[in-house]
Amino acid sequence: MKKVLALKVNGDTHEVLISPNMTLLEVLRDKLGLMGTKRGCDLGACGACTVLVDGEAYLSCIMLAMDAAGREVTTIEGLSGNGQLHPIQKSFVDVGGLQCGFCTPGIVMTAKAILDEEPKPTEESIKKKMAGNLCRCTGYKKVVEAVMDAAGVKGGLK
Amino acid sequence: MEKEFTVVGHRVPMIDAAAKVTGSAQFTDDLVFPGMLYGKVLRSPLPHAKILNIDVSKAASLPGVKGVVTGAEIPDRRYGIVPKARDEYALAKGKVRYIGDEVAAVCAIDPEIAEEAIDLIKVDYEELPAVFDPREAIKEGAPIIHEGVANNTSFAIRKEFGDVAKAFAESALVSEDTFYSQAVNHAPMEPHAAVAQYDPVRGQVVLWSSTQIPFFLRRNLSATLQIPESKVRVIKPKVGGGFGQKIDMFAKDFCAAWFAMKTGRAVKFVYERDEVFIATRQRHPMYLTVKTGMAKDGKILAQQFLAHADGGAYNSTAPTMMALSCFFLMVPYHVPNLLYEGYHVYTNKPVGGAMRGHGIPQARFAVERQIDMMAGRLNLDPAEVRFKNSIKAGEPHPGGFVIKTCGFADSVQEAAKAIGWQEKRGKLPFGRGVGMGGASFPSGVTNMSHISSGAVVQVGQDGGVNVLTGAADIGQGAETVIAQIVAEELGVPFDIVRVTAADTGTTPLDPGTFGSGVTVRAGNAARIAAESVRKKLFECIADEMEANPEDLIAADGKIFVKGSPDINVLFTKALKMYQYRDLPMPLVGRASWMADTKEPTTLFNEPGNFSPNYSFMTQAAEVEVDLDTGKVKVVKMVTAHDCGRPINPMLVEGQLEGSIAGGMGQALYEDVIVDKGQVMNPSFLDYGFPTAMEMPEMESIDIETDDPVGPFGAKEAGEGTQLSPAPAIVNAIYDAIGVEFNELPVTPEKVLKALAEKKKQGV
Repeated sequence: MKKVLALKVNGDTHEVLISPNMTLLEVLRDKLGLMGTKRGCDLGACGACTVLVDGEAYLSCIMLAMDAAGREVTTIEGLSGNGQLHPIQKSFVDVGGLQCGFCTPGIVMTAKAILDEEPKPTEESIKKKMAGNLCRCTGYKKVVEAVMDAAGVKGGLK
Repeated sequence: MEKEFTVVGHRVPMIDAAAKVTGSAQFTDDLVFPGMLYGKVLRSPLPHAKILNIDVSKAASLPGVKGVVTGAEIPDRRYGIVPKARDEYALAKGKVRYIGDEVAAVCAIDPEIAEEAIDLIKVDYEELPAVFDPREAIKEGAPIIHEGVANNTSFAIRKEFGDVAKAFAESALVSEDTFYSQAVNHAPMEPHAAVAQYDPVRGQVVLWSSTQIPFFLRRNLSATLQIPESKVRVIKPKVGGGFGQKIDMFAKDFCAAWFAMKTGRAVKFVYERDEVFIATRQRHPMYLTVKTGMAKDGKILAQQFLAHADGGAYNSTAPTMMALSCFFLMVPYHVPNLLYEGYHVYTNKPVGGAMRGHGIPQARFAVERQIDMMAGRLNLDPAEVRFKNSIKAGEPHPGGFVIKTCGFADSVQEAAKAIGWQEKRGKLPFGRGVGMGGASFPSGVTNMSHISSGAVVQVGQDGGVNVLTGAADIGQGAETVIAQIVAEELGVPFDIVRVTAADTGTTPLDPGTFGSGVTVRAGNAARIAAESVRKKLFECIADEMEANPEDLIAADGKIFVKGSPDINVLFTKALKMYQYRDLPMPLVGRASWMADTKEPTTLFNEPGNFSPNYSFMTQAAEVEVDLDTGKVKVVKMVTAHDCGRPINPMLVEGQLEGSIAGGMGQALYEDVIVDKGQVMNPSFLDYGFPTAMEMPEMESIDIETDDPVGPFGAKEAGEGTQLSPAPAIVNAIYDAIGVEFNELPVTPEKVLKALAEKKKQGV
């Protein structure tokens, strides 16, 4: 039996007709066309599908869409709304914290969650909190550096 | 370096970085077309079996199913990436050869219905005896996996030069040791995908595919679909990593095109993560026996190799893999006498294919480990032995390689210095140690005459520069590097260069991304195309600038007279001048480039040059072994690296940092575990490759050489650096705990067992 879900994503509320077993990832990609959130494993093991729900990082491939009802979902498409890159995105570009770009949206969203929680994180703390986001290209060095760089921007140190 | 560049050599962000960080970069699975259907593949549950009957009636009548196909219906054309090794059908015909072999496919109006339909297909099998170890499969009486392939040996090579027996007799030390490298999955973050569309009026297929080699895929699709190549267009969207795994054609490519042709609708296939693990490609497991003769001073006098590669059920790149594994034993050390025997053996297991390093990491691991073992027995410093045996630029090479620049000897010294070799090696507390490994890698191939790249550079009235290249950017930054090369050559800002790439319908021929040839081959084509545009412009404006065309220089968006930067015109002004002379616009430059080669040679029976140029590297690791848990932590990894002149140092660093993660995975963590043909760990949870937590401090030292062949002196970067991390780590483990590990990966379990054994023996 399909159900109507009112899902608030990036500030806008969308009404979608879904099967209750649909994941948030499926709704974002297949119903709303928000393709920035990636499907890397469908098992909650790679972090490519990371989005923010009420400001916290969630793996959208193992979260039922129905559970996001009444909550604020932010995807990579909603990170910056002014035509400019968000400072975190800018840091990833400048530092080279990406290669193929497939894991990047998830990594950027995790970076956002890290910095919201801990505006001046240590390298160790970033590594620990980024450990759920797999990347096969970068070796993570520039990913961690990008988050550090963004932290500098946020504090006006850079 | 004296030469000053304004774009080349600079840390320019990737050309598509903004698209990637905003999520707007389109990968194959992000493409959606009206009325699109979704495909799914049915795979064999048995490692070796005859297909007696397939009943698709229930699947075909399921509402929403729009097509079903089995191996029986498709043209009888085998395909493969290497022409002489074609042994694969897009869907199995008559028999399956591994668990995961493709048996049938469906397409339906949504992925769930496709999945349900797959479950409704009934296949009757007659199970056949299977074989899972290449050393068994090669024996008389082993089950035959492919008819007509005796001893399951689909490819054997033997290469010999010098007099190995004589050199062994003259050696102060001869050591024979056996090594094993495990199966490793590439595990690119993007699962393999394809979308096809068909134009029934013009009979044309368009395929968007997560591929590294659009032009070879076009050829394989054309052959297997039995339609002309000119009717097949392959477009590569963004590709989320490949590392060699996306070189072959897969069932998803063929079936998407097949169903698009049958239904007239767009059809998409996306593999699940377990399909990527089980049914695409993996690094070949390899057993290698190495016999080396050394003089008292550590000079290598001769080496003899016996290699058995576990090919799995099909060939894929088998001949190339074996050849690379053999040929790259001739660098970075001078080996005056060599005998190599290698066998690619079928087993009823997942298929081996190209993977970053492609046959060389297995051989490199063996050789680099053995150098340390032998240096120990000769009471020599392993770093010194590497330095002493280094080949040098310009020297005659016993295998016929033409090496014009070589920073290997320097790289040994620099890596040793940076890791603190003198102070640390043999001197750190028990449980901590340092080790190193060396390597060399080709920048593409010279010895196959059909390997060439084209480029078109077009400058329009708007002053914008468009580059057409066939090069396939799979995340490494090929498009960025090509744009930098063109911007530098034209003397224009990087931001006005646009790149259109990897579309067989619009871009010039290119063999694709493999063998680390892109920067040198496609980069040279782009450079020469841009040069021809620049020359046309210079000839047009020389009079007005009262200078000879040869005395003009283009840089920073201006054209000026050599030695007088004040006498200049803007590039955009020069374009106007060109146009007002009634010269036809747009300005177009074209070029094709291939490596200089006299005669194509296989190098098996005769000497010859393999590559236009060669990268060299030494990597040095410091490790800490937890004596209670057996866990090895890599504390630091130094890479001293000769990749010529880096076109983009930031991308080069990214390449080598990623390759260190890959090498660490091979050394310590990764192993595709197969039990009776069944992959036991086909998920990220069970497989486990390095996360941010495992990564060590990484230091990179550039040994810059100015290679005469590469564009702006560039060479390969990023594939060679995955060869030596594993031996460097395992050599460091020896320094830490005095245990020789010759089988990968070195898991905590193995370390604990070795430590217990040591304790028992009281050493």
